[in-house]
Amino acid sequence: MLKISGVHTFYGHIEALKGVDIEVNEGEIVTLIGANGAGKSTLLMTICGTPRARSGSIVFNGRDIAQMPTYEIMRLGIAQSPEGRRIFPRMSVMENLRMGAITSQPQFFDADLERVFAIFPRLKERAQQRGGTLSGGEQQMLAIARALMSRPRLLLLDEPSLGLAPLIVRQIFEIIREINREQGMTVFLVEQNANHALKLAHRGYVLVNGVVTLSGTGQELLSNAEVRAAYLEGGH
Amino acid sequence: MEWLFELFHQVNYELPKFVQFLIVGLTLGSIYGLIAIGYTMVYGIIGMINFAHGDIYMIGAFQAMIVLLICGTLGISWVPLQLLLMLVVAVALTAAYGWSVERIAYRPLRGTQRLAPLISAIGMSIFLQNYVQLVQGPRPKPVEPVISGGVTVLTRADGFVAQLGYLQIVIVLLTVALMAGFTLLITRTSLGRAQRACEQDMKMASLLGVNVDRTISLTFVMGAGLAAVAGMMVTLYWGNNDFHMGFNAGIKAFTAAVLGGIGSLPGAMLGGVLIGLIEAFWSGYFTAEYKDVAAFSILVLVLIFRPTGLLGRPEVEKV
Repeated sequence: MLKISGVHTFYGHIEALKGVDIEVNEGEIVTLIGANGAGKSTLLMTICGTPRARSGSIVFNGRDIAQMPTYEIMRLGIAQSPEGRRIFPRMSVMENLRMGAITSQPQFFDADLERVFAIFPRLKERAQQRGGTLSGGEQQMLAIARALMSRPRLLLLDEPSLGLAPLIVRQIFEIIREINREQGMTVFLVEQNANHALKLAHRGYVLVNGVVTLSGTGQELLSNAEVRAAYLEGGH
Repeated sequence: MEWLFELFHQVNYELPKFVQFLIVGLTLGSIYGLIAIGYTMVYGIIGMINFAHGDIYMIGAFQAMIVLLICGTLGISWVPLQLLLMLVVAVALTAAYGWSVERIAYRPLRGTQRLAPLISAIGMSIFLQNYVQLVQGPRPKPVEPVISGGVTVLTRADGFVAQLGYLQIVIVLLTVALMAGFTLLITRTSLGRAQRACEQDMKMASLLGVNVDRTISLTFVMGAGLAAVAGMMVTLYWGNNDFHMGFNAGIKAFTAAVLGGIGSLPGAMLGGVLIGLIEAFWSGYFTAEYKDVAAFSILVLVLIFRPTGLLGRPEVEKV
């Protein structure tokens, strides 16, 4: 479904991604783990064309999207819940969700809304509240819900667990599993919380300084000595 | 009891003048408010002051005038039809100017330094003025009144009459209708929502599939359309268009936008009405020669004491 080959991305003169190859198949949950600054978020943003990959190809359902404008890429059926959540602070929860649905057919809206409210009942209670006044966990839910409103075929999640209480983290991971299993949605998940992410994912990649150093199934990576030493036993 | 009677008499004597200034102020305020919306929307979405906006209003006034002259040549004399043609043609053509200005002078500079589009805007302003001066000539163009007459509101013993012109009624009603429609557009439609989203987080908007460049273009188109309506109104009201008319009106509308709180739509409307009223009362009770001083003193005072304006929100630093 998504095939990233030899992607290099630069911020000014700094090379953030140094030739990344990653593949995500339809129906999978694939996770990308790595330390702070390894380039995980940059990769997700590069898939969306902002910043643009300087070289390499990103093929989504047979089309090379590496040089397409961001809004066109997103209209192909990709949605992202980005780093920092990026909720529109002066819009209500409802309006944020409407923004999520801006590219989908209007006749789906009511059903889709009901679906995300069923997954996140908290958002229903907060529907008229301004995005900027939500708690961190609620904002995370809203960011995921907003991404779901576009009926994506590929969902990109950037650190959904960041800054959240362990209970809510578990809840959110459970929801990701459900969305994947019940709706067959393909998920590409970036996480620092390697333990949770690898248990959830079918396959995983490890990114170090802009290069993929390891890949394998979730179980393989969980039992890999290097991964254990670097990402699992360091207090995560 | 004597003093109360005296006071009543005094108020009764002053009232017609007061009402007359109020009417003039609201009319002027409508025109400033319509122009101010263009400033405030563009500022809201891309954070720049579009210094060419006053000249876009001037272009609108000339378009309206030209349509009126063509109506005369073609023998179209039914006033509602004249007004409708002026409105439609002036809005459409001026919106095209607004779109082009953004496309030519601002979009290529997006993402560079903040100052670059600002200087480009000043250049655009100078260009538009000179262009109109070249093709239309430097002299003011008088326009025959289309709508005249009115109703007498109050009469004073010495013969002073406070009059509400039919044209003034048209101007204020049209402005109220446009502003109501516009508020609905911004708060209720998906286009308005996309505009507000771009204003709050442009990158996130594009990540949701919003074509940001197109949304910005449409913002310029809308601002120019409203400025064209203001230009048409002023053509009917003063009937004295020249290539330089956009400068003063533009800065006053900008003052209105700052007074209301730049970036705030209701603020622009409120600011416009206030500037119009201040100008009318100042001219009426003090001196008309210094009416610009009054308006611009307000700009200075607001910037010093309340830079966020009346309805603006304080700038929150993004983390």
